[in-house]
Amino acid sequence: MPSVIQLENVTYGYDRNSVVWRVSGSFAQGSMTAVVGPNGGGKSTLLKGIMGWLRAWNGRVVWQGLSLADVGYLPQRVEIDRSFPMTVLDAVLLGFWRQCGGWRSMTAAMKARARQALVEVGLPECENRLIGGLSSGQFQRVLFARLMVQDARVLLLDEPFSAIDAGTAEHLLCLARQWHVEGRTIIAVLHDFDQVRRFFPETLLLAREIIGWGATSEILIPPFLSQARVAADVWDQRSKAA
Amino acid sequence: MTDIFDFLVGPFLEFGFMRRGFAACLALALGCGPVGVLLLLRRMSLMSDAMSHAILPGAAIGFFIAGLSPMAMSVGGFVVGLTVALAAGAVSRVTLLREDASFAGFYLMSLAAGVLIVSLRGGAVDLLHVLFGSVLAVDDQALVMASIITTLTLVVLAVIYRPLVVECFDPDFLRAVDGRGALYHHLFLVLVVLNLVGGFQALGTLMSVGLMILPAAAARFWAREVWSLAVVASLFALMSGYSGLLFSYYVSVPSGPAIILCAGMAYVVSIIGGRYGSLRTRYQLRRK
Repeated sequence: MPSVIQLENVTYGYDRNSVVWRVSGSFAQGSMTAVVGPNGGGKSTLLKGIMGWLRAWNGRVVWQGLSLADVGYLPQRVEIDRSFPMTVLDAVLLGFWRQCGGWRSMTAAMKARARQALVEVGLPECENRLIGGLSSGQFQRVLFARLMVQDARVLLLDEPFSAIDAGTAEHLLCLARQWHVEGRTIIAVLHDFDQVRRFFPETLLLAREIIGWGATSEILIPPFLSQARVAADVWDQRSKAA
Repeated sequence: MTDIFDFLVGPFLEFGFMRRGFAACLALALGCGPVGVLLLLRRMSLMSDAMSHAILPGAAIGFFIAGLSPMAMSVGGFVVGLTVALAAGAVSRVTLLREDASFAGFYLMSLAAGVLIVSLRGGAVDLLHVLFGSVLAVDDQALVMASIITTLTLVVLAVIYRPLVVECFDPDFLRAVDGRGALYHHLFLVLVVLNLVGGFQALGTLMSVGLMILPAAAARFWAREVWSLAVVASLFALMSGYSGLLFSYYVSVPSGPAIILCAGMAYVVSIIGGRYGSLRTRYQLRRK
């Protein structure tokens, strides 16, 4: 399969500390990759780097045949204002940004598609509720419904299943697998190795630098995992010394 | 009955300056309502307070050059207010200071510089006018300017409403689908400074932000969506303007603090008895 995102020796950092160190590799079209590793290992930073929001200290990220409209990004929930006065339907309709932009009105067909997406994520008859009244799991379902209507070829998910109930996580993981079957490329930052083993064929193990990248069964093994912990400790000590 | 009518409407029928003051409050309320709601939702309430102080040196330079000329003071206030807002934002981006600390630093310097400049040319009365406003200062020129600012505000908000709302709710999403978040943010800053400048003739530089923040904060207890919050905030702002002008007229106090105190009363009443999330509704929920 041709690659859709190519990482060429990229390094990212904040202040004087590098957070992602000389990462090279590529995400194949239609692949489903979990990005795992210790806290502070650069997983979310790598996703933001792929989105082009961080200036690389070194190297570059190449999008092959992709435009902004082809990429869907799901941020960590802490970065979203959940007290914002917005209805569930309006939140899902934002997924049509590519078609409507900042000021064109939503069509009846778009609203129907958004309602259908809410049904598919298990939130029928919630469209008029305010997002502030939803549980964490329900809110995450809304964000997945927004991704569905966005209809992007590449999906970058930053910790999409953390702090939600097991049933919701399972449902959303099945949806993600369905998107993979449809040929979309999925890159997700995850913490739960069990979820990774069951749903993600490929894994990138990152502890600021690449520890392993390949088939999940070959990466999530004790030698690599302990190597990741050691690498994280070494990088932490270097950061403190700097 | 006639007495009540005379009390509530008489001053506006009798005096042109009261009618102009009310018309200015109407114009300001229409612009300040939605701008205040977006300030609140963007968690920029305190920053807008700092920005209102930042227009003082500009207004003072206008005063220094042309006396109590609304146009000169407004242009000065706009230029310096916007410069300070952009500079404070830039300092927070390129240094370790957070935005709130950066704004606070600039606003203290601005306040000191403004008071110093006014006191070089004018007396204590002039300083009070600039700081706290006067309904007498609202002449036809100031009224036209407030109306133009409100019209411009509503037109620009209509165009960038959706990106602004999305940027409040989920900035990373907007960044991912549009990438022009900084443009919308800066346009919004321009609108904030414009509305602060539009309000300072009647309310004073220190008080003009009050007509944005207090009605918007009160509206949070009565409405649940952004558009309805903006409508309620504008209504509160207009009611505060009307009752504040009456209060100012009958008690002979500066119009700025009078209007803002009325807005403050609406805010306190809303905290206690509002429809959503107020003390009353929380008490009722606990009893169920």
